[in-house]
Amino acid sequence: MSELALTLLRLGFLVLLWVGVLTTLSALRRDLRAPREARPAGVAVAAPAPPVKKPPRRAKTGKGTRLVVTEGPLVGTVVPLGATPITIGRAQDSTLVLDDDYASTNHCRIYPAGNDWVVEDLQSTNGTWLGKTRLTQATVLPVGTPLRVGRTEMQVQK
Amino acid sequence: MATSTATPREITRVQPTRRNTELGLMVLAFIIGGYAMFNTALASGEGIDNELWIALAVLAGVGLVGHLAVRFLAPYAEPIMLPTAYLLNFLGLVMIYRLDIAEAQRAQENASPEPTPAVLGQLTWTIVGILLVALVFLIVRDHRKLQRYTYISLFIGVVLLLLPLAPGIGETINGATLWIRIGSLTFQPAELAKIALTIFLAGYLVTKRESLKVVKNKFLGVPLPRGRDLGPLLAGWLLAMAIIAFESEIGTAVIFFGLFITLLYVATQRRGWVLLGLIFAATGAVFAYLAFSHVRVRFEIWLDPFADAEGTGFQVVQSLFGLANGGLLGTGWAQGYPQLVPFANSDFILASFGEELGLTGLIAILLLFGILVQRGLRTAVACRDVFGRLLATGLATVFGLQVFVVAAGVTKLIPMTGLTTPFMSAGGSALIANWIMIGILLRISDVTRRPDPVVTSPDDALTQVVRL
Repeated sequence: MSELALTLLRLGFLVLLWVGVLTTLSALRRDLRAPREARPAGVAVAAPAPPVKKPPRRAKTGKGTRLVVTEGPLVGTVVPLGATPITIGRAQDSTLVLDDDYASTNHCRIYPAGNDWVVEDLQSTNGTWLGKTRLTQATVLPVGTPLRVGRTEMQVQK
Repeated sequence: MATSTATPREITRVQPTRRNTELGLMVLAFIIGGYAMFNTALASGEGIDNELWIALAVLAGVGLVGHLAVRFLAPYAEPIMLPTAYLLNFLGLVMIYRLDIAEAQRAQENASPEPTPAVLGQLTWTIVGILLVALVFLIVRDHRKLQRYTYISLFIGVVLLLLPLAPGIGETINGATLWIRIGSLTFQPAELAKIALTIFLAGYLVTKRESLKVVKNKFLGVPLPRGRDLGPLLAGWLLAMAIIAFESEIGTAVIFFGLFITLLYVATQRRGWVLLGLIFAATGAVFAYLAFSHVRVRFEIWLDPFADAEGTGFQVVQSLFGLANGGLLGTGWAQGYPQLVPFANSDFILASFGEELGLTGLIAILLLFGILVQRGLRTAVACRDVFGRLLATGLATVFGLQVFVVAAGVTKLIPMTGLTTPFMSAGGSALIANWIMIGILLRISDVTRRPDPVVTSPDDALTQVVRL
């Protein structure tokens, strides 16, 4: 092969390799922009994907968008609050899995109702505490109020 | 589990999983790899023959199988890890193929019999590796189940590590007792031990991290763990030292100890463990230097490879010459002399890439590894259970440490340690171990990103009680 063709091939490969790297990085960036713990619903997909029904994320004002663990073994964990209810407990399929002897298997759940988040105790042994009161019925969960489950304390944040 | 697998198709329609992004990236990876293959065939004068087309078809099939496995068995897994690993694997294959050509030419010049091409074995192991990813998906439906096998994993891991020392099947190749031989097949069990020990460490630290967090004394402002909690660290250190002493292998020891310290730190968030780990590592290094001649040789080569450029330093010196010859843009596929470095297709494959693709290409490859590690750590961050977090962190750490140790060794930043470059180096055991690790990471990512199976409208939400 001629010297020129070889040189073109060589440079062509480097360009192609970098196109590959940069494409991968741009696909990755889309994931970074999405909120932490983005579930597939929150991630926009390029063209021919089926019709996307996006949950109203961070859309309404006044409604918390994430549940932050402020105390306990999982401190710092953030669970995004989307359109679906989340469950908390020791069950391995809970949204927030607690490894805590003081928490019940299905301890409590948090679900959206209108412009608020509602927390409901699922007949746990040690109770779900909102501030200093033990929950007896489904209660609105205000932003910033500590919610205690076993040794874990968390709160809804905007 | 039953509830979460029953309805995935239902949800797929509503929530895109980025599987098409993955497919697109797979196609791109295939194009890049195919380009490299044709480029090599043309530039080396081999020409494009039927075998090349067959190899390409096989690799396309392998990629498709990998993609379909994810699409049907782990549909919510993140879309970047698989194409990145596939591209690295593909480029590694092309480089091994290129070095085979050089070996065949050298054999012809010396009129010695033509050596068996290493690329054939590597291609076979690539197929096995991808199939193992599918197998991991089928066996490990939920990564949290792996936590049950914490202590079995420890047992398996230690047995695998010690296997090469067993008389009869153990095999010493190039000074390191890392292989077992069954028939004509050699295997490096330490590669699989990495996975088993990562599972063990993750499971163990989930239960023990509370007590390992307890701080008693402070040293220079860094809180130190209690003396009686030092047991595990000491055990890890002894294991690493045993590998250096009995199997004459530094790289594996470095990986295990590094993994150990990283997971201890991530699980407890105590810098004291890192400090202690570094002290242990430094002590170990000094001890190994004084006690073992094979370690001392590595250090001497590192400090001054040109002191014995024709002898012990030959490999590193040739590698440095190769990198210099490559320069910024490289010599181009099959235009350099990477075959002059001993073990150019395994331990020193990064130097081969550095010579033929130059700094520009080498940085791209290192970036691909960086992306792979980032995806692993990102999976760990998103994971909601502690075991999954530690497992994903551990697997990503193994990749990261390995690439660092190899790249730094090849460029003489640290002493050379004879580790394989993940996905690229010729070697079946390493390749399939790496693919299994990708399989586990994808499974963790799949479980993490899988939407909750319960779909309730706000109206009946109030009356809805416990599911299961």
